[in-house]
Amino acid sequence: MNTEIPGVILTYALVIIFAIPLGRYIGKVFKYEATWADKIFNPIDNLFFKLSGIDPSREMRWKQHLAALLSINAVWYIISMLVLTNMGRLPLNPDHNPSMSADLAFNTTISFITNTNLQHYSGETGISYLGQMMLMLWQFISAGTGMAICAVVFKAMREKTQPALGNFYSYFVRSCTRVLLPLALVVATLLAFNGVPMTFEGKETVTTLEGISQKISRGPVAAFVAIKQLGTNGGGFYGVNSAHPLENPNYFTNLVETISIILIPMAMVFAMGYVLKRKKLARIIFGVMTIGFLALLIPTVYNETQGNVALTHLGITQSMGSMEGKEVRFGSAASANWAIYTTCTSNGSVNAMHDSLTPLSGMTTLLGMMANCFFGGIGVGFLNFYIFIILGVFISGLMVGRTPEFLGKKIEAKEMKIAMIIALLHPLLILAGTAISCFLYSKNPTLYASWLNNPGHHGFSEMLYEFTSSSANNGSGFEGLGDNTPFWNIACGVVMIMARYLPIIGPVAIAGILANKKYIPETNGTLKTDTSTFGLMVFAVIVIVAALSFFPALTLGPIAEYFTMH
Amino acid sequence: MKTQNTSLFQKEMMKDAFRQSFLKLNPKKMFRNPVMFTVEIGTLIMLLVSIWTLAGEKTQGSFVYNFTVFIVLFLTLLFANFAEGLAEARGKAQADNLRKTREETPARLIAGKSFNASEATQDSTFLKEPYMEIPSSKLQKGDVFICIEGDVIPSDGEITEGLATIDESAITGESAPVIRESGGDKSSVTGGTKVLSDKIKVKVTTEPGESFLDKMIALVEGASRQKTPNEIALTILLAGFTLVFIIVTVTLKPFADYANAPITIAAFISLFVCLIPTTIGGLLSAIGIAGMDRALRANVITKSGKAVETAGDIDVLLLDKTGTITIGNRKATHFYPANGVDENHFAICVVLSSLSDETPEGKSIVELGLKWDPTGGINKIISRQTEKITQTIKFTAETRSSGIDLYDGTRIRKGASDAIKHLSEIAGNAYPKETNEQVKAISGNGGTPLVVSENEKVIGVIELQDIIKPGIQERFERLRKMGIKTVMVTGDNPLTAKFIAEKAGVDDFIAEAKPEDKMNYIRKEQSEGRLVAMMGDGTNDAPALAQADVGVAMNSGTQAAKEAGNMVDLDNDPTKLIEIVEIGKQLLMTRGTLTTFSIANDVAKYFAIIPALFIVTIPSLQRLNIMHLHTPESAILSAVIFNAIIIPMLIPLALKGVAYKPIGASALLRRNLLIYGLGGVIVPFIGIKIIDLLVSFFI
Repeated sequence: MNTEIPGVILTYALVIIFAIPLGRYIGKVFKYEATWADKIFNPIDNLFFKLSGIDPSREMRWKQHLAALLSINAVWYIISMLVLTNMGRLPLNPDHNPSMSADLAFNTTISFITNTNLQHYSGETGISYLGQMMLMLWQFISAGTGMAICAVVFKAMREKTQPALGNFYSYFVRSCTRVLLPLALVVATLLAFNGVPMTFEGKETVTTLEGISQKISRGPVAAFVAIKQLGTNGGGFYGVNSAHPLENPNYFTNLVETISIILIPMAMVFAMGYVLKRKKLARIIFGVMTIGFLALLIPTVYNETQGNVALTHLGITQSMGSMEGKEVRFGSAASANWAIYTTCTSNGSVNAMHDSLTPLSGMTTLLGMMANCFFGGIGVGFLNFYIFIILGVFISGLMVGRTPEFLGKKIEAKEMKIAMIIALLHPLLILAGTAISCFLYSKNPTLYASWLNNPGHHGFSEMLYEFTSSSANNGSGFEGLGDNTPFWNIACGVVMIMARYLPIIGPVAIAGILANKKYIPETNGTLKTDTSTFGLMVFAVIVIVAALSFFPALTLGPIAEYFTMH
Repeated sequence: MKTQNTSLFQKEMMKDAFRQSFLKLNPKKMFRNPVMFTVEIGTLIMLLVSIWTLAGEKTQGSFVYNFTVFIVLFLTLLFANFAEGLAEARGKAQADNLRKTREETPARLIAGKSFNASEATQDSTFLKEPYMEIPSSKLQKGDVFICIEGDVIPSDGEITEGLATIDESAITGESAPVIRESGGDKSSVTGGTKVLSDKIKVKVTTEPGESFLDKMIALVEGASRQKTPNEIALTILLAGFTLVFIIVTVTLKPFADYANAPITIAAFISLFVCLIPTTIGGLLSAIGIAGMDRALRANVITKSGKAVETAGDIDVLLLDKTGTITIGNRKATHFYPANGVDENHFAICVVLSSLSDETPEGKSIVELGLKWDPTGGINKIISRQTEKITQTIKFTAETRSSGIDLYDGTRIRKGASDAIKHLSEIAGNAYPKETNEQVKAISGNGGTPLVVSENEKVIGVIELQDIIKPGIQERFERLRKMGIKTVMVTGDNPLTAKFIAEKAGVDDFIAEAKPEDKMNYIRKEQSEGRLVAMMGDGTNDAPALAQADVGVAMNSGTQAAKEAGNMVDLDNDPTKLIEIVEIGKQLLMTRGTLTTFSIANDVAKYFAIIPALFIVTIPSLQRLNIMHLHTPESAILSAVIFNAIIIPMLIPLALKGVAYKPIGASALLRRNLLIYGLGGVIVPFIGIKIIDLLVSFFI
C-alpha cells in the first residue's frame, strides 16, 4: 500500500517529463523544422511518395483533407474485411485459427481502423498472425490519422487568413515514421527485454509444475503491445489484454505501458503550443485536462484501495484493497490508475477487469469516456476538446458583451451549428444505443438472457459501458456482456464509425471555416482564452454537458448500485 | 418622443402584454422559438393526460396532480410570452408617440410629379407661387413643397430655399428650436417637426411610407425586427440543449422499463421542461427588443438590432474634436504683450480689434480682455474709444488677419504669426524675438497664437486654447478599459492635434483631416480586422458613415448622412457613441448570463426530479434526494413551479440588461460566472426547497 500511491504519482510525473520534450518534437515535425530524424526518414518518406505517386507539397483545403482521410480509411476497411473473413486460408496461421464471421469481421475492422479496438474476439484463438499483423498496421495508421488531422487543425488555428492547410498525406506519413515508429521501437524493446514474447512461432507446449501439459500462445506480442499502448488503440494481442502475464509481465512493464497510454495525447497539447507559439494556451488546456483527469483518478484509486463494501460486511479484511478482477503483481492502486488512464484517453487496454471495479470507479471510468477529452485519443482527444472550447468561447464571449471569438476569429452561427451537432452526437449514440438494448432486453429478458451475466443495475452499467466505450472509440469492455452477437457487433460497429468520423469532420470543418475568416487583433475587451478563468469556463462546459446528459443513466447504473450496496 | 423615465411595469403596457401573452400562443408564432415551442407541445400533452385521468385512467396519478402540472406549464408559456409582449409594448408606446406626429398633414405642393399647374391656387397674401394642397401621404420623392410659420412639415426632405427655425421636440424631445437652412450641412428637415418662423421650400427625399418616421415606427414596434446573427447562433445553442434533453428524456423510458420503474407522463414532461433552457428561451426575444428599446431611450434610433450588437464589438471609435473632445471652439486664455508694451494698452488694442468680431474666438478675446484689466479702467477707455473706429477689416483667407482702423489713423491687426510678421517686415519693423518664442511655445502647447500689431509694429501675442470637456478623460479611460481605441479627427495642424490628443487621452488622431482621410483611416482599420464606429453630420461624412461598421448620424445632419449611417442620434450629442457601445455590450451580456443561469439551474432540477422518478422502485436512491423534498409529486411540482416563476422574476433583468463594468474581459467573465453560474447552481436548490415546503401543505 505504501509504495502503491507513490507509484501512481511517479507515473504521472514521468508522463509529464516525457510529454513536454515529445510535444516540442512533434511540433517540429508538423512545422517541417529540422530534426535528428530527417536523415533517416527523409529517404523513406520520399520512397513512399514516389511509389504512391503522391505530391507531398500539394497544399490542401479543409475539405480536401477530409476527403483524403475518408478515402484512405475506406481502402483500409475493404482490405481488412477481406483478410479477416479469409485468414483461415491465408498464410502465417500456425495455430490454424478460423476466419471470422462477417458481423464479427465488420466489428473488428471498424474497431481497429477507428482506433477503438473493441474486441469481440479473443486473440489466442480468434485470429491468425497475418490478421494480428494487419491489425497492428491499423493500430499505427489509425493513430497516425488522428495525429495528421490534428496537425491540420493546428495549422488552421493560426492567425493568418489562409485556406491552404498543408498536405494530409505528408502529415500522416511524418506522424507514423517520425513519431509512432521510433517510440514503438523503444517501448517494444523495453517490453521484449522484460519477457514479452516476440516471435512468429505458434503455440508452445509446456509442462507445468503440476505435471500437466499446457499450450501457451505466443506471437509478435511485444511489437503489438507497444503500438497498442502508444497509439491509444488498446486492442490486446491476448483476450485479457494487459492483464495477461505475457503482455504485461511485471510492475516495470506496467509502468512503461501506463506511461505509453497517455504520452502522445498529452504531448499533442504541448505540440499545439509549439506549432502556434501559444505556450500559455497549451498550459491552460493541459491544466484543464489534468484537473479533469485527476478528478477522476483520485476517487478511483481511493475507492479501489479501500476495498469492496460487500466483502467488508462479511468481515473480510482487505489490506490490498478491492482485488476482485485485479492482478496481484500490480495491486489495486496501479490497476485503478490504469483504468482511468485507459478510459480518459480512449485507449481501452486493460490490466484489470473493469466489470469488477467498485460501483463508483465504474462510474469514473464511464465519465472518462463520456467526457472523452481529458487528453483523449491521439489527435481526436484534442479535437473533442476543441469543440468544448468553441462552446465555451461562445457562452463566455456573450458573458463579457462581445461577439465571441477564438484566437482572433469570430464564432458565428455556422460554427455553432457544427459544434452543437458534434457535442450532441456523443450523448445521442451512447444513450440511444443503450436505450435500444434496454428496450430489447426488457421486452424479452429470456431471449437475451445470454447478454447479461449480472442483471439489475450492474447489467445496465455493462450495456451503458459497451456503448460508451464504442462511442468514445475507447474499446475497453466492462465484459460480463455477451457481446459477440450480431446485435452487439453491428450496433457497436455503427456507433464506432459515426463516433470516429463525425467528431473529426466537425472540428476540421470549424477550424477550416475559421481559417478563412479575417483575423481580429486582440484588444482589452477581447476575452483571452489563455487564462485560468477561461480554463475554468471550458471545464464547466465539459462537466455540465457530460453531467447533464448522462446523469439519469448513471443514476440507474453505478449510482443506484452504490447506494444499494451501502 | 420625449425621454421618459417610464417604470418597467406600466398599467397600460401590462394590459397589452397580458393580451399578447395569449395571442402569442399561436403555434405558428411559437415555432420561431424552438425551446418554447417544445414546451407548448408538452403543455398540450399534459392537457390530454389530464383529460385521460379524468376519464378514469389510474396509472398516471391523480387528475389534480396532472392538471396542476398542466396549469404550471401553461403559466410557463404565458410568462415567456408576457416577457416578449411587455418588451414590445414598451416599444409600441414609443411608436404611438411617434405616430401622433405622423398624422395626415396637408402639404403645399409647388413642383414635382404630382404637381398640376391648372389645379393650383394662388394666394398672394403670403405665398408668391401657385400651390396645390395635397395630403402628406401623396407626396412623392422629388416633389417640392412650401412650409410657412406654424406648419407641420409633411415629409422628410431637404431645404432648397430659405431658412427657418424649427421645433423638433416631437422627434428629439429637445424643446429649444433649431435653425435649418438651404445649402450646407443643416439643410435636412424631418417630417412631423414644426416650422416656428419664416418660410422654406423643401424637396421630398423619401418615397411615401419610407420616411424616417415610418422606419422608426416599424423598428420600434418590432415589426421589421429580424433575428441578429448572434441571436441565431444562440438559438442554435439553445436548440442543441433542447435536443440533448429530448434524447435524455426519450431514452429514459427504456432505461426505466429495464429497471422496472414505471414513470408517469407528467414526470417525463416535467423533467423535460425543467431541463431545457426555458428561462433564456422565454426571455430571448424580450432581451433583443429591450436592447433596441434602451438605445431608443438614449435617444438613438437604430436601423436594425444588428447595429446595436455590432456597437458592442467596436474596436475603434472616430470622434470629431470639436464638440466631442473640446467645448465648441477655441478660447483666448492668455495675453503676452511684447517687451516695452504696456499691458493695459495691449489689452485695449486687442479688445477694440475684436469688438466687431462675431466669431466665438473674437468674443472670447473681448471677454478675456475685460477680465484681464490689470489696473482697472479698461472698460471706460474702451467705451470712449469705440466711437473712434472708422473701419473694420474682416478676416480673409489671403490676409489671414483681421482688425480695425481708428479715426486717428491707428491700424490694429491680429492674425496668424507669419501674416503679421510679413506685415511688420514690409513696414521695416523688426519682429520681436520674444514674440517669436512665445508663438512657438503656444503652438507646442496645443494652442493657437494670434499675433497683434499696432501700425505694423508687433505689440504682443494672444493665446487661444481648446478647452477640453470636463470628464472626457475619464470617458476615454473607460473606453480604453473596454478595449476600444479612440481616434480624434480634427482640422488642426499635427502639432496642435497631438497636444490635444495627449491632453484628452485619445489614443490616436487624424490632423488636418479631409473627408477622404476619415474614409482611408476607416478602411485601413477594417482591413486589419477591426470594427470601426464613427459619428458624423455633414454630407461629406456620408461615405465614411456608410463605410464604418457603426455609423451614427446626428439628427441635425443632412439627409444623406442619415441615410448612410445605421443609427441616428436625436440629441446630436457626439459622446453618445460611448453609451451606444455599452448598450450593445449589455445586450450580449444579458443573453450570455441568462443562458448560463438557465443551464446551471439544471443541476438542482436534476436533484429534485431524478430521485423522485425512481424512489418508489429503488428506495436506496432516497439518498440522492439531498434537498429532502417531501414526496415525488411535490418534488416534481416544485421543480416545474420554480421553472415557471423564475421567468417573470427575471423580466426586469432582461429588460434593463446586465450592468456592464469595464474591468477587463477576464475579470468580467469571473464576475458573471460567479453571479450567474454559481448563483444559477445555488438559487434553484433554495427556491425548490421553499416551494416544496409550501406545496407540501396541499398534498
